[in-house]
Amino acid sequence: MTDVAMVEMRGVAKTFGALQVLRDIDLTVQTSEVVCLIGPSGSGKSTLLRCINFLEPYDAGEVRIEGRLIGYTETSPRRPMPHHALQKMRRAIGMVFQHFNLWPHMTALENVAEALVRVRGFSRTDATGRARAMLARVGLAEKEKSYPARLSGGQQQRVAIARSLAMEPRLMLFDEPTSALDPELVGEVLQVMRDLAAEGMTMIVVTHEMGFAASVADRIAFLDHGRIVASGSPRAVLHESEEPRVRQFLQTYHERNSF
Amino acid sequence: MKLQAALDALPYLLSAAGTTLWISLAGIALGQVLGACVLLARTARSPALRRAGAVYVSFFRGVPLLVQLLLIYYFLPYIGIDVPPLVAAIGALGLASGAYVSEIFRGSLAAIPRGQAEAAQALGFSSATVWRRILLPQMLRISTPALVNELILLLKASSLISVVGVTELTRTSHSFAAATYRPFEIYITAALIYLAMNLALAALGAVLERRLAAAG
Ligand SMILES: Nc1ncnc2c1ncn2[C@@H]1O[C@H](COP(=O)(O)OP(=O)(O)OP(=O)(O)O)[C@@H](O)[C@H]1O
Ligand SMILES: [Mg+2]
Repeated sequence: MTDVAMVEMRGVAKTFGALQVLRDIDLTVQTSEVVCLIGPSGSGKSTLLRCINFLEPYDAGEVRIEGRLIGYTETSPRRPMPHHALQKMRRAIGMVFQHFNLWPHMTALENVAEALVRVRGFSRTDATGRARAMLARVGLAEKEKSYPARLSGGQQQRVAIARSLAMEPRLMLFDEPTSALDPELVGEVLQVMRDLAAEGMTMIVVTHEMGFAASVADRIAFLDHGRIVASGSPRAVLHESEEPRVRQFLQTYHERNSF
Repeated sequence: MKLQAALDALPYLLSAAGTTLWISLAGIALGQVLGACVLLARTARSPALRRAGAVYVSFFRGVPLLVQLLLIYYFLPYIGIDVPPLVAAIGALGLASGAYVSEIFRGSLAAIPRGQAEAAQALGFSSATVWRRILLPQMLRISTPALVNELILLLKASSLISVVGVTELTRTSHSFAAATYRPFEIYITAALIYLAMNLALAALGAVLERRLAAAG
């Protein structure tokens, strides 16, 4: 299995009605790689990420996770994948959302334990044990009884990360995990992500945190109007790219972030 | 005014009020089950199911409860199904409230952010589990104030079931009013009992609402 990529996207396209949101996307992510997706608002970053776990069905092309096509059967013509097969593939793919999406009617501990019980078939006791360990890992052991409404944004996002990690994913998707946070809370979430990267987790991260992208990413892909127009090492994309759309984007970014 | 007539009737009226209350509770319980089913039908992929759900809602909201009640009471025996009055009563209340409850549920479902279900789907939940563990509990808590309101409406509407011979509060008041020739005393007592029950329900609803809001 060593030479099978964790994620392989080939010619992926997606339209919403008349609007083509992704065109001819090719992207390969190897095990333990960290890839950051950057680009202007509306360029299709979230849509691309959501195609990887098939929260958004793509129209054309292929998305393979460890060699397996996600969302469709391998037959020709292809048909939608049976629900249970898709659910099984999703267990291996964690996702962290901009707005956390914790379940408000469950405590932090219950949020983390729920999928272990309902999806992995753990006993309540085993699930609670694992959930406690996961909360401790993101530094929130003492918040296990709190409901999400009682947690800060940074704490909520760390619970959401723990909820994904509890499932032992082999791939983690992050969609602007710090964009909804007050500036002073961004650091604690990025630190958890840095630790995760250092432990060898395969990660695809949509982000506007260029500092994080520059220091953690193995590769950066720049999206514009649904296409990957630049891709390479952080240095190549952030400092050496001749692509005018990348330069324009970075210039706007620097202007907005200097005062 | 003769208070004695009301005082003599009071124990019977109170016990009949108990019947009114539990029939209404049974009605709204049935209404919630039916309401959830109708909502599932209305959000289903199959157009036939969606249409059936819409027809259900417009029928039971569009036909007066009294007429629905008489239909159930007279129509079912006509096709050979014998219905005890109590069953007809609870059935009618449940069917009617099911239509309103499904609308309440529809509104609260729309109030749940899409990300709630998506987070569960991304973790590999089946759609049934997403419904049962994520959407339904949140729908219920969002719906609580509207459901209490619906229960109050149902409790008042339940006076109509007196016509099919269930000895609930209104019918019992009738009997006492006729037997004692003191309709005013008896009906004012019945009115006060209805009022007390509904005020208590409203207060209970307010407490519930505050509890749920506190839990987050
Ligand atoms: N469900 C949808 N229905 C219709 N159009 C959509 C839908 N989701 C996204 N779009 C459109 O697709 C385009 C790409 O959206 P997407 O959310 O992927 O962009 P993004 O790069 O993540 O932007 P942002 O930085 O603002 O999050 C946008 O024009 C958006 O309006
Ligand atoms: Mg986005």
